[in-house]
Amino acid sequence: MSGRFEPLPDGGAAITLDEVEISILRSLAMQLAELIGPGDQPAGGGDPLDALFADGPSKPPADPALARLFPDAYSPPDQELGPREEKAAREASAEFRRFTENDLRARKREDVLTVVRDLDALTPGPSAGGPAVLELAPDKSRQWLGALNDLRLAIGTRLEVSDEDDGGELLRLPDSDPRKPMVMAYFWLGGLQETLVETLMPE
Amino acid sequence: MSVPEPDVPWVTVVHNDPVNLMSYVTYVFQSYFGYPKDKAHRLMLDVHHKGRAIVSSGTREEMERDVQAMHGYGLWATLQQER
Repeated sequence: MSGRFEPLPDGGAAITLDEVEISILRSLAMQLAELIGPGDQPAGGGDPLDALFADGPSKPPADPALARLFPDAYSPPDQELGPREEKAAREASAEFRRFTENDLRARKREDVLTVVRDLDALTPGPSAGGPAVLELAPDKSRQWLGALNDLRLAIGTRLEVSDEDDGGELLRLPDSDPRKPMVMAYFWLGGLQETLVETLMPE
Repeated sequence: MSVPEPDVPWVTVVHNDPVNLMSYVTYVFQSYFGYPKDKAHRLMLDVHHKGRAIVSSGTREEMERDVQAMHGYGLWATLQQER
Protein backbone atom coordinates (compact mmCIF):
# COMPACT_ATOMS: atom_id res chain seq x y z
CA MET A 1 0.00 0.00 0.00
CA SER A 2 1.97 2.96 -1.27
CA GLY A 3 -0.84 5.52 -1.11
CA ARG A 4 1.24 7.96 -3.13
CA PHE A 5 0.98 9.40 -6.61
CA GLU A 6 4.33 9.82 -8.35
CA PRO A 7 4.90 12.35 -11.14
CA LEU A 8 5.31 11.11 -14.73
CA PRO A 9 7.63 12.81 -17.23
CA ASP A 10 4.67 13.98 -19.38
CA GLY A 11 3.16 15.91 -16.44
CA GLY A 12 0.80 13.09 -15.53
CA ALA A 13 0.85 10.92 -12.43
CA ALA A 14 0.99 7.24 -11.53
CA ILE A 15 0.07 5.19 -8.49
CA THR A 16 0.12 1.54 -7.57
CA LEU A 17 -3.18 0.34 -6.16
CA ASP A 18 -3.93 -3.07 -4.72
CA GLU A 19 -7.22 -4.89 -5.01
CA VAL A 20 -8.56 -3.66 -1.68
CA GLU A 21 -7.65 -0.03 -2.41
CA ILE A 22 -9.30 -0.20 -5.83
CA SER A 23 -12.43 -1.66 -4.29
CA ILE A 24 -12.61 0.96 -1.51
CA LEU A 25 -12.01 3.87 -3.87
CA ARG A 26 -14.53 2.58 -6.38
CA SER A 27 -17.16 2.08 -3.72
CA LEU A 28 -16.67 5.58 -2.25
CA ALA A 29 -16.77 7.15 -5.73
CA MET A 30 -19.99 5.31 -6.60
CA GLN A 31 -21.59 6.46 -3.34
CA LEU A 32 -20.64 10.05 -4.07
CA ALA A 33 -21.98 9.80 -7.64
CA GLU A 34 -25.28 8.55 -6.24
CA LEU A 35 -25.34 11.26 -3.59
CA ILE A 36 -24.69 13.99 -6.16
CA GLY A 37 -27.20 12.40 -8.51
CA PRO A 38 -28.68 14.33 -11.37
CA GLY A 39 -30.23 16.78 -8.88
CA ASP A 40 -33.83 17.85 -9.27
CA GLN A 41 -33.95 17.45 -13.01
CA PRO A 42 -37.04 15.79 -14.46
CA ALA A 43 -36.88 12.00 -14.39
CA GLY A 44 -35.68 10.16 -17.50
CA GLY A 45 -38.00 9.64 -20.42
CA GLY A 46 -38.68 13.32 -20.98
CA ASP A 47 -37.36 15.45 -23.79
CA PRO A 48 -33.61 15.94 -23.14
CA LEU A 49 -34.09 19.57 -24.10
CA ASP A 50 -36.36 19.99 -21.09
CA ALA A 51 -33.44 19.20 -18.82
CA LEU A 52 -31.27 21.66 -20.71
CA PHE A 53 -33.66 24.52 -20.13
CA ALA A 54 -34.98 23.49 -16.75
CA ASP A 55 -34.17 25.77 -13.84
CA GLY A 56 -32.02 24.27 -11.13
CA PRO A 57 -33.02 24.15 -7.47
CA SER A 58 -33.33 27.35 -5.45
CA LYS A 59 -32.86 25.90 -1.96
CA PRO A 60 -29.62 24.50 -0.50
CA PRO A 61 -29.55 20.68 -0.39
CA ALA A 62 -30.84 19.25 2.90
CA ASP A 63 -27.99 16.73 3.10
CA PRO A 64 -25.05 18.41 4.95
CA ALA A 65 -22.42 16.88 2.64
CA LEU A 66 -24.28 18.14 -0.44
CA ALA A 67 -24.81 21.51 1.20
CA ARG A 68 -21.02 21.73 1.60
CA LEU A 69 -20.46 20.80 -2.06
CA PHE A 70 -23.05 23.34 -3.23
CA PRO A 71 -22.89 26.27 -0.79
CA ASP A 72 -24.92 29.49 -0.90
CA ALA A 73 -23.07 32.06 -3.01
CA TYR A 74 -24.29 35.16 -1.18
CA SER A 75 -24.38 34.01 2.44
CA PRO A 76 -20.97 34.29 4.12
CA PRO A 77 -20.70 31.72 6.93
CA ASP A 78 -18.79 34.15 9.17
CA GLN A 79 -20.92 37.30 9.04
CA GLU A 80 -24.12 38.18 10.80
CA LEU A 81 -26.42 39.90 8.32
CA GLY A 82 -29.32 42.12 9.31
CA PRO A 83 -32.84 40.87 8.49
CA ARG A 84 -33.09 42.82 5.22
CA GLU A 85 -29.59 41.89 4.11
CA GLU A 86 -30.21 38.28 5.09
CA LYS A 87 -33.35 38.16 2.95
CA ALA A 88 -31.55 39.76 -0.01
CA ALA A 89 -28.66 37.29 0.36
CA ARG A 90 -31.05 34.36 0.47
CA GLU A 91 -32.84 35.51 -2.67
CA ALA A 92 -29.61 36.17 -4.56
CA SER A 93 -28.25 32.76 -3.46
CA ALA A 94 -31.44 31.08 -4.69
CA GLU A 95 -31.18 32.83 -8.06
CA PHE A 96 -27.49 31.87 -8.40
CA ARG A 97 -28.30 28.29 -7.50
CA ARG A 98 -31.06 28.04 -10.11
CA PHE A 99 -28.60 28.90 -12.84
CA THR A 100 -25.49 27.05 -11.64
CA GLU A 101 -26.23 24.05 -9.46
CA ASN A 102 -27.36 21.60 -12.15
CA ASP A 103 -24.25 22.28 -14.20
CA LEU A 104 -22.01 21.97 -11.16
CA ARG A 105 -23.65 18.71 -10.15
CA ALA A 106 -23.17 17.30 -13.66
CA ARG A 107 -19.46 18.19 -13.64
CA LYS A 108 -18.80 16.79 -10.19
CA ARG A 109 -20.68 13.64 -11.06
CA GLU A 110 -18.66 13.27 -14.27
CA ASP A 111 -15.40 13.62 -12.32
CA VAL A 112 -16.25 10.84 -9.84
CA LEU A 113 -17.55 8.61 -12.61
CA THR A 114 -14.23 9.15 -14.43
CA VAL A 115 -12.55 7.72 -11.33
CA VAL A 116 -14.85 4.68 -11.43
CA ARG A 117 -14.24 4.10 -15.15
CA ASP A 118 -10.45 4.46 -14.80
CA LEU A 119 -10.44 1.96 -11.93
CA ASP A 120 -12.57 -0.47 -13.94
CA ALA A 121 -10.12 -0.23 -16.84
CA LEU A 122 -7.16 -1.27 -14.66
CA THR A 123 -5.51 -4.57 -15.43
CA PRO A 124 -4.02 -6.34 -12.43
CA GLY A 125 -0.34 -7.20 -12.36
CA PRO A 126 1.19 -10.64 -12.90
CA SER A 127 -0.41 -12.20 -9.83
CA ALA A 128 -4.19 -12.37 -9.88
CA GLY A 129 -5.68 -9.82 -7.53
CA GLY A 130 -2.25 -8.22 -7.23
CA PRO A 131 -1.50 -4.53 -7.46
CA ALA A 132 -2.16 -2.57 -10.63
CA VAL A 133 -0.51 0.60 -11.86
CA LEU A 134 -2.81 3.50 -12.66
CA GLU A 135 -1.38 6.12 -14.98
CA LEU A 136 -3.14 9.46 -15.43
CA ALA A 137 -2.56 12.01 -18.19
CA PRO A 138 -2.55 15.61 -16.88
CA ASP A 139 -6.20 16.23 -17.85
CA LYS A 140 -7.23 13.07 -16.04
CA SER A 141 -5.13 14.09 -13.04
CA ARG A 142 -7.16 17.29 -12.74
CA GLN A 143 -10.45 15.34 -12.85
CA TRP A 144 -9.14 12.93 -10.23
CA LEU A 145 -7.96 15.80 -8.07
CA GLY A 146 -11.44 17.34 -8.10
CA ALA A 147 -13.07 14.00 -7.37
CA LEU A 148 -10.67 13.22 -4.49
CA ASN A 149 -11.38 16.65 -3.01
CA ASP A 150 -15.15 16.20 -3.28
CA LEU A 151 -14.86 12.74 -1.69
CA ARG A 152 -12.90 14.21 1.23
CA LEU A 153 -15.39 17.07 1.61
CA ALA A 154 -18.31 14.62 1.70
CA ILE A 155 -16.60 12.22 4.14
CA GLY A 156 -15.17 15.07 6.23
CA THR A 157 -18.67 16.53 6.60
CA ARG A 158 -20.04 13.13 7.63
CA LEU A 159 -17.25 12.70 10.18
CA GLU A 160 -17.76 16.29 11.35
CA VAL A 161 -14.06 17.04 10.96
CA SER A 162 -13.36 20.38 12.62
CA ASP A 163 -10.38 22.73 12.78
CA GLU A 164 -9.99 22.06 16.48
CA ASP A 165 -9.29 18.36 16.24
CA ASP A 166 -7.28 18.87 13.04
CA GLY A 167 -7.55 15.16 12.51
CA GLY A 168 -5.71 14.32 15.72
CA GLU A 169 -8.74 13.26 17.70
CA LEU A 170 -10.06 11.19 14.81
CA LEU A 171 -6.71 9.45 14.40
CA ARG A 172 -6.82 8.35 18.03
CA LEU A 173 -10.21 6.66 17.75
CA PRO A 174 -10.14 3.12 19.12
CA ASP A 175 -10.42 0.33 16.56
CA SER A 176 -13.83 -0.55 17.95
CA ASP A 177 -15.29 2.82 16.95
CA PRO A 178 -17.77 2.45 14.09
CA ARG A 179 -16.30 5.55 12.43
CA LYS A 180 -12.83 4.02 12.27
CA PRO A 181 -12.97 2.60 8.70
CA MET A 182 -14.28 5.90 7.34
CA VAL A 183 -11.59 7.81 9.23
CA MET A 184 -8.90 5.56 7.74
CA ALA A 185 -10.35 6.13 4.28
CA TYR A 186 -10.45 9.90 4.90
CA PHE A 187 -6.75 10.09 5.76
CA TRP A 188 -5.79 7.72 2.96
CA LEU A 189 -7.66 9.93 0.46
CA GLY A 190 -5.85 12.94 1.94
CA GLY A 191 -2.50 11.31 1.12
CA LEU A 192 -3.65 10.53 -2.41
CA GLN A 193 -4.82 14.11 -2.95
CA GLU A 194 -1.72 15.67 -1.39
CA THR A 195 0.64 13.69 -3.61
CA LEU A 196 -1.51 14.20 -6.71
CA VAL A 197 -1.64 17.97 -6.24
CA GLU A 198 2.17 18.00 -5.95
CA THR A 199 2.43 16.53 -9.46
CA LEU A 200 0.19 19.31 -10.81
CA MET A 201 1.61 22.29 -8.94
CA PRO A 202 2.66 25.07 -11.32
CA GLU A 203 6.14 26.44 -10.68
CA MET B 1 -26.57 44.15 -0.22
CA SER B 2 -30.23 45.17 -0.22
CA VAL B 3 -29.33 48.54 -1.73
CA PRO B 4 -26.84 47.79 -4.51
CA GLU B 5 -24.38 50.61 -5.02
CA PRO B 6 -23.21 50.56 -8.61
CA ASP B 7 -19.81 52.14 -7.96
CA VAL B 8 -18.75 49.77 -5.21
CA PRO B 9 -16.85 46.77 -6.59
CA TRP B 10 -17.79 43.22 -5.80
CA VAL B 11 -15.36 40.76 -4.28
CA THR B 12 -14.99 37.00 -4.11
CA VAL B 13 -14.28 35.74 -0.59
CA VAL B 14 -12.89 32.27 0.12
CA HIS B 15 -13.65 30.91 3.59
CA ASN B 16 -11.65 28.53 5.72
CA ASP B 17 -12.82 24.97 6.11
CA PRO B 18 -11.23 22.10 8.02
CA VAL B 19 -11.07 19.67 5.10
CA ASN B 20 -9.39 21.40 2.17
CA LEU B 21 -5.63 20.84 2.02
CA MET B 22 -3.39 23.91 2.17
CA SER B 23 -1.48 22.73 -0.89
CA TYR B 24 -4.73 22.22 -2.81
CA VAL B 25 -6.03 25.71 -1.98
CA THR B 26 -2.71 27.21 -3.15
CA TYR B 27 -2.93 25.12 -6.32
CA VAL B 28 -6.46 26.41 -7.03
CA PHE B 29 -5.41 30.06 -6.60
CA GLN B 30 -2.47 29.50 -8.94
CA SER B 31 -4.24 27.54 -11.63
CA TYR B 32 -7.60 29.34 -11.73
CA PHE B 33 -6.55 32.95 -11.08
CA GLY B 34 -3.05 32.54 -12.51
CA TYR B 35 -1.54 34.08 -9.37
CA PRO B 36 2.19 33.60 -8.80
CA LYS B 37 3.11 31.01 -6.20
CA ASP B 38 3.95 33.51 -3.43
CA LYS B 39 0.66 35.43 -3.82
CA ALA B 40 -1.36 32.20 -3.96
CA HIS B 41 0.45 30.95 -0.87
CA ARG B 42 -0.14 34.22 1.01
CA LEU B 43 -3.88 34.17 0.20
CA MET B 44 -4.10 30.54 1.31
CA LEU B 45 -2.46 31.46 4.64
CA ASP B 46 -4.95 34.32 5.07
CA VAL B 47 -7.82 31.89 4.53
CA HIS B 48 -6.26 29.46 6.97
CA HIS B 49 -5.34 31.91 9.76
CA LYS B 50 -7.88 34.71 9.38
CA GLY B 51 -10.74 32.49 8.27
CA ARG B 52 -11.28 34.33 4.99
CA ALA B 53 -9.50 36.10 2.15
CA ILE B 54 -10.60 38.30 -0.72
CA VAL B 55 -9.24 36.50 -3.76
CA SER B 56 -10.62 38.65 -6.61
CA SER B 57 -12.64 41.77 -7.29
CA GLY B 58 -14.61 43.13 -10.22
CA THR B 59 -18.15 43.31 -11.51
CA ARG B 60 -20.91 41.25 -9.97
CA GLU B 61 -21.02 39.02 -13.07
CA GLU B 62 -17.27 38.39 -12.91
CA MET B 63 -17.47 37.54 -9.22
CA GLU B 64 -20.37 35.15 -9.82
CA ARG B 65 -18.16 33.41 -12.36
CA ASP B 66 -15.29 33.19 -9.86
CA VAL B 67 -17.55 31.91 -7.08
CA GLN B 68 -19.00 29.29 -9.38
CA ALA B 69 -15.46 28.22 -10.31
CA MET B 70 -14.42 28.05 -6.64
CA HIS B 71 -17.45 25.85 -5.88
CA GLY B 72 -16.36 23.68 -8.80
CA TYR B 73 -13.00 23.22 -7.09
CA GLY B 74 -14.74 22.53 -3.78
CA LEU B 75 -13.65 25.74 -2.06
CA TRP B 76 -16.18 27.56 0.10
CA ALA B 77 -16.62 30.93 -1.61
CA THR B 78 -19.15 33.77 -1.49
CA LEU B 79 -19.42 37.14 -3.21
CA GLN B 80 -20.31 40.50 -1.71
CA GLN B 81 -19.95 44.20 -2.30
CA GLU B 82 -16.87 45.67 -0.70
CA ARG B 83 -17.73 47.90 2.21
